[in-house]
Amino acid sequence: MAAPRVPLHLMAPVWNRDTRGIHGLSKAVAPEGSRRKGRSLLQFLADHFYDVQALREYLLRKQVLKVHQKNRFQGKEWIRPNTRGRFSLDFLTFPEVPVEAVDASGSAINYHGLDNLLALKELQSLWLRRCPHVDDWCLSRLHPLANSLQELSLAGCPRISERGLACLHHLQNLRRLDISDLPAVSNPGLTQILVEEMLPNCEVLGADWTQGLGLGPEEQSQDAASPIPA
Amino acid sequence: MLRRSLQLALGRDVLGRGLGTHRGGSTLDWNGKMSEIKKKIQSVLPGGAWTQLHDTSYLPPEHSDVVIVGGGVMGLSVAYWLKRLERPRGAIRVLVVERDHTYSQASTVLSVGGIRQQFSVPENIQLSLFSIDFLRNINVRAKTSGGWGGDQSFSPERGAAQLARGIREQKQEGAKVCLMSPEQLRNKFPWINPEGVALASYGMEHEGWFDPWSLLQGLRRKVQSMGVLFCQGEVTRFVSSSSHAETPSGEEVTLKRVHEVHVKIDHSLEYQPVECAIVINAAGAWSGQIAELAGVGKGPPGTLQGTKLPVEPRKRYVYLWNCPQGPGLETPFVIDASGAYFRREGLGNNYLGGCSPTEEEEPDPENLEVDHEFFQDKVWPPLAQRVPAFESLKVRSAWAGYYDYNTFDQNGVVGPHPLVVNMYFATGFSGHGLQQAPAVGRAVAEMVLHGNFQTINLSPFLFNRFHLGEKVHEHNII
Repeated sequence: MAAPRVPLHLMAPVWNRDTRGIHGLSKAVAPEGSRRKGRSLLQFLADHFYDVQALREYLLRKQVLKVHQKNRFQGKEWIRPNTRGRFSLDFLTFPEVPVEAVDASGSAINYHGLDNLLALKELQSLWLRRCPHVDDWCLSRLHPLANSLQELSLAGCPRISERGLACLHHLQNLRRLDISDLPAVSNPGLTQILVEEMLPNCEVLGADWTQGLGLGPEEQSQDAASPIPA
Repeated sequence: MLRRSLQLALGRDVLGRGLGTHRGGSTLDWNGKMSEIKKKIQSVLPGGAWTQLHDTSYLPPEHSDVVIVGGGVMGLSVAYWLKRLERPRGAIRVLVVERDHTYSQASTVLSVGGIRQQFSVPENIQLSLFSIDFLRNINVRAKTSGGWGGDQSFSPERGAAQLARGIREQKQEGAKVCLMSPEQLRNKFPWINPEGVALASYGMEHEGWFDPWSLLQGLRRKVQSMGVLFCQGEVTRFVSSSSHAETPSGEEVTLKRVHEVHVKIDHSLEYQPVECAIVINAAGAWSGQIAELAGVGKGPPGTLQGTKLPVEPRKRYVYLWNCPQGPGLETPFVIDASGAYFRREGLGNNYLGGCSPTEEEEPDPENLEVDHEFFQDKVWPPLAQRVPAFESLKVRSAWAGYYDYNTFDQNGVVGPHPLVVNMYFATGFSGHGLQQAPAVGRAVAEMVLHGNFQTINLSPFLFNRFHLGEKVHEHNII
């Protein structure tokens, strides 16, 4: 059962001095007008706990990958660093809490960095938007998350092509897939159709199927399937 | 025992001996060099024979440390790794001699381009794993000064589904494969008809296919930027010297050393003798002929002297067809138990596939003409049985290419020849050479530079096994 999605925008800095622990956080929230480019944050059940692993991963990732954008983990709400770039020590009060959602958009995560994410056996939502180093090979590594992953967003990644999207076939529990704005995909409309066929239970956001078709009546619709020259 | 003497021969650092020969002054004496220099000066001075108007840039250089016969992916890979592992930088002059710069008959570009780790021999698995790692990093490792140029992305599209053999070994080596029952097969790939299938093995990662032409061109550009010289010509002769040695058991063997390679220019009788220290035989389907030129196999049969390189060209057909109702984007590279295989090509429901003929049906490797009957009789029925959607398809085109087929055990030959001491082999891969090329290149470069294999131990693939009769039997050959 899912909690109702309440648009939850946390102010920056998030960590007020008044908040203590998980329950204190919800009191500090004040809904605001469109922040974060209109993206709404999800609210999950209170029974979710964090994994200490998540803390170690974050620290490792912060050091090794030099993530300048803050990674966000989700318990009741998103956890992100405050204006000074530090995470609150409240993090340490979340033992054995499985990580449910990771937002690594814009971060420099690469093929080897995905090791950290693959250990999260209960990851439900993964956002890898505009990550410059996520490419087709990285997508082929996502298959261990097949049991739990429900939402995946790859919008704006410059290195992903249709070959990597074919690897997403393993993620049978995927319900939402965002493949919009992928510059390396040769034919976005056709690729969208093929991906929709490949993942029948998944809602695929991305290119309109009319993209790639010719404009005007005199132009024939482009045949994306050109025969391969022998 | 002959075995021990062979091991002794391999233990030497051959490159050290090879390159040191001239400096040690054993073959060319100083007086000889002086007269050569005098002749050259005289020809340059007015009245001499030398004219500036002739362009000799098409000729290979007169001296080269390493001559690689064959400019396909294997030869280029060896060149790349030689230049990459040499110390100090720029120490070794490498020349790649390729007969056909259009690569019209080269096995590399006519290949279907699959890569898999599902082998039964552990060395094959390791070779393939390293190669996929190389391909993944190729944008980083092989950046030329002018940039990589175009989009050369080698993605691991899909794994190969194949009936299972040796899964445990593959997993041990680090390949990500899993076994699937017929029921699971049907669930995962509803377009497969699993009748008659006992088990399937599916590679989840690091398997798939790539464009061999892009790899070839990329390697070529990179290797040229590293300073390797290219020459278009055919190797017609090896000039070598022999010496006699006696094995501990008292047998007389003749050790040969190649000193010069005669490279004949296309459409002309002109040839250039290239003095060299090391020769690498990476001539693919024609390696057997090159080896014969070097004197491999000239002797009484049954002895090491008389053991030929058992690599010969075998013709294989590849067909491209279109099937609008065929399997979708998730299709892996499928290899059926009958030996027929296929994979997707592009976004438009086109498929590439083929099948290896049995020994009796081997087509004549004289030319690369395609036999379309073969598709009707041998490729289509098993594929249509496995994938019912393929019952209606339309063949768009077809081509044929050579396997550099190792008639002994269908696995590669890597390493030096025990008697022709400065000839190294990198050939005989019988259809899985392309996917092992980066790793084999590194192994040969290590052998040349250090005298032994340092990363992947390919001693089971040495030439000796032909004489000793030790087959390296690989079950998963397509």
